[in-house]
Amino acid sequence: MASGTEAGVTETPGAWLELAVDRPLTVAFAAVGLLLLGSLAWGLLISGAVTFSRLGSLVWDGVMRGLVIGLAGIGLSMTYSILNFANFSHGDYITSGAFAGWATTYVVAGLGRADIGSLLLVGAGGSVFGGALGIGVTTTPVAVVAGIVVAGVTTVVLALAIDRAVYKPIRDESGITLLITSIGVAFALRYLIQFVFGSSVRGTTAAGSVPQLSLYFVDGAVRIDAHDVTLLVVAGGLMLGVHVLLQTTKLGKAMRAMSDDEDLARVTGIPTERVVRATWIIGGGLTGVAGYVFILWKGTLGFNDGWLLLLLIFAAVILGGIGSIYGAIAGGLVIGVAASVSVIWIPSAFSRAAAFVVMIVILIVRPQGLFSGRSTA
Amino acid sequence: MSDAATTVRRLWAQDAVKIAALLLIIYGAYLVSGLVLGYSVRGQLNSLASLTFYIGVFATLALALNLHWGYTGLFNIGVVGFMAVGIYVMAFVSKPLYGSGGAAQVGGLGLPIPVGILAGMIAAAVFGLVVALPALRLRADYLAIVTIAMSEIVRFAFLSSTFQRFQFPHTLAGDTTRVGFGGGSGLILDFPDPLLAFIDAIGLSGAYDGLVGLVGGVVPNNPEPIVHSLVYGVVLLGIVAAYFWLLKRTGESPFGRVLKAIREDEDVARALGKNTDRFKIVSFMLGCALMGLAGILWLMGQGAVTPNFFRPRLTFFVWIALIVGGAGSNTGSVMGGAVFAAVLYQGPLYFQNVVTAVFQPGEAPSSFGPAISPLLSSVDPVPFLLYTLDSVRQLQLVIMGVALVWLMHNRPEGMLGHRKETAAAIPLARSSGATAPSGETDSEPTPRGDGDGTGGGGDE
Repeated sequence: MASGTEAGVTETPGAWLELAVDRPLTVAFAAVGLLLLGSLAWGLLISGAVTFSRLGSLVWDGVMRGLVIGLAGIGLSMTYSILNFANFSHGDYITSGAFAGWATTYVVAGLGRADIGSLLLVGAGGSVFGGALGIGVTTTPVAVVAGIVVAGVTTVVLALAIDRAVYKPIRDESGITLLITSIGVAFALRYLIQFVFGSSVRGTTAAGSVPQLSLYFVDGAVRIDAHDVTLLVVAGGLMLGVHVLLQTTKLGKAMRAMSDDEDLARVTGIPTERVVRATWIIGGGLTGVAGYVFILWKGTLGFNDGWLLLLLIFAAVILGGIGSIYGAIAGGLVIGVAASVSVIWIPSAFSRAAAFVVMIVILIVRPQGLFSGRSTA
Repeated sequence: MSDAATTVRRLWAQDAVKIAALLLIIYGAYLVSGLVLGYSVRGQLNSLASLTFYIGVFATLALALNLHWGYTGLFNIGVVGFMAVGIYVMAFVSKPLYGSGGAAQVGGLGLPIPVGILAGMIAAAVFGLVVALPALRLRADYLAIVTIAMSEIVRFAFLSSTFQRFQFPHTLAGDTTRVGFGGGSGLILDFPDPLLAFIDAIGLSGAYDGLVGLVGGVVPNNPEPIVHSLVYGVVLLGIVAAYFWLLKRTGESPFGRVLKAIREDEDVARALGKNTDRFKIVSFMLGCALMGLAGILWLMGQGAVTPNFFRPRLTFFVWIALIVGGAGSNTGSVMGGAVFAAVLYQGPLYFQNVVTAVFQPGEAPSSFGPAISPLLSSVDPVPFLLYTLDSVRQLQLVIMGVALVWLMHNRPEGMLGHRKETAAAIPLARSSGATAPSGETDSEPTPRGDGDGTGGGGDE
């Protein structure tokens, strides 16, 4: 009935039919989504297979993860849209920031109690343990704050140095050339970190002494600890700061102009190289801090952590629409929550796979991303 | 004198000679360092066999990737996913039924190995189709992210305990048997030795036994494993040649010209009336099947397979091999595979062995701290050097990363220079033909109508 009439759009059944004919995949995915929601509602309300508190805990865990992904994703999204390449070394910037920050935290918290070399190497080879130093945001606040600052600063310096040495000489090459180059950078960084800090995964915080809060939620408790709150405050504050920076200064405008058309931006008198530098500074700083608070939140540190996070960050950035920082944040939250909550339906071994599937579905249904057309801010 | 020079130049213009010369140099270098190490004949033969093996697998993988990236311009960084699907499906089909003895926790369908190999290749191709359907319409960098995500999903699937073991019907009557993918602890490949079965099938087992006897004259103690790995290496090189021939034929066919046109400008290819999506899907599936076969060839003789073998870094190894050789050229792919295997993959470990044998260093420090502190406190570099030598496995990857960056800066078109074949059926570079050395034009037959159109020498 919708086929002949122009007014079919306004008629609800006709519009549905047209949607089903034009975009069968979208409708199919929507159906699968509804089915999953239905089974969740059934489990929650009728069969009792899922408790509200379990769902609440999973969502909270997902939000935490999502904040890390979103915070690190801002940097990736900015370089993706302004320098026009997918930076595969971004995950190892996270790791670099985390190691630099945690070395600082160990030194500040453990100076005088252990050999400085072991502290600087974040206890490589099992020489010092974070738990034994009593590291935590409430027990050693100064060490944690110093760690956050150093993580950010180190990553900024690292990102600028690598840009100067590696990316600047081939700035005008295609995105694929830069992408392949960034894979080389990722390899070099990751295994240098392994060379220096060792391959063991170490515990970094005194997990037992972190203050915890049990919030009552319908039928049970959702636990929130001090490191969750730290992550929330740091990530939220930085996200707000970037928003203000890009909305109120000329820098944001220059970035938007550059991601639209670099040549035009240069003709207009925008100092493009300076904008690129600002991009690396903002992106690198956020990425390093994200790496630090991620480790603070999860309590373990290994040389592979950033790389393992990278694909989820890509998923978030693509989901939100490349170039949009709000997209990166929203995408991060969606990906984080999807990965966490997916264990209700599927085995936990597939939680990362679930996040990738969400990304692939978005790529099929809406390749431009959820927040497309709002480049950088 | 000049005659000889002309002959040499004429020979060098042929790509087969380039590959042979490269292999000679590589084998020569390995034999010399084997002498330094004081290897016995057995050691020398073993090191040559493992070198041949890695040259073979990396060359096949680089050739398959060349079909994706070099010919069609599809940025696939999920190579390991297709390899994993290939070997796991092959194992699923060809492992003996559960309960027929042996230590394996799960069985397979007990079908012959050739059926398993075919099934593995088909499965890899079908998986390629599943990846390609949503992803091929996307930009190159999106395809990259989708393929690497898919390869990780494959690894998680084989790692998970969900598919560790399950029941599967194996007769038409519906009897089920216990099969599975083994989960994180891996899968024992307990089918009969594929190489021996193959040699038996082509009726050369007599010759093989003769060879074992011959080598037994030099290495009296248990010569069979050496002969086995050497013969397997030779078979692999034969498969490299088969891949090369297949891809050359594909690239020169009208089908291949459309692929190259898509690589250069997909919109133009579409404007000329080509259904580019179909061409891309077929090319992608063919390449995936070849990657599946490469995965099977790599692992079927190894006795077991674990999911974590298929980490993304293996994909990047293949990419480095392709980039070393130069994307778009089959000769380059083979040479890149050989150089990568010999220099970047096996080279550092060999270097470590040579240094250890020559200097007989003591125990290396266990971590970076004890290694660096003598250097800082008393300018004693020995512990640091020992630690560096001991960490060659990690530093090897750093070297690969730096090499990749260096290549992209200085030689993005690969070691042979610009070898990308044009999409045209007729030669485009007439003017360069006049200035080319006579030896080169002599050696190369006039390109036929269906030949490739490279000016300076295609993969002839």
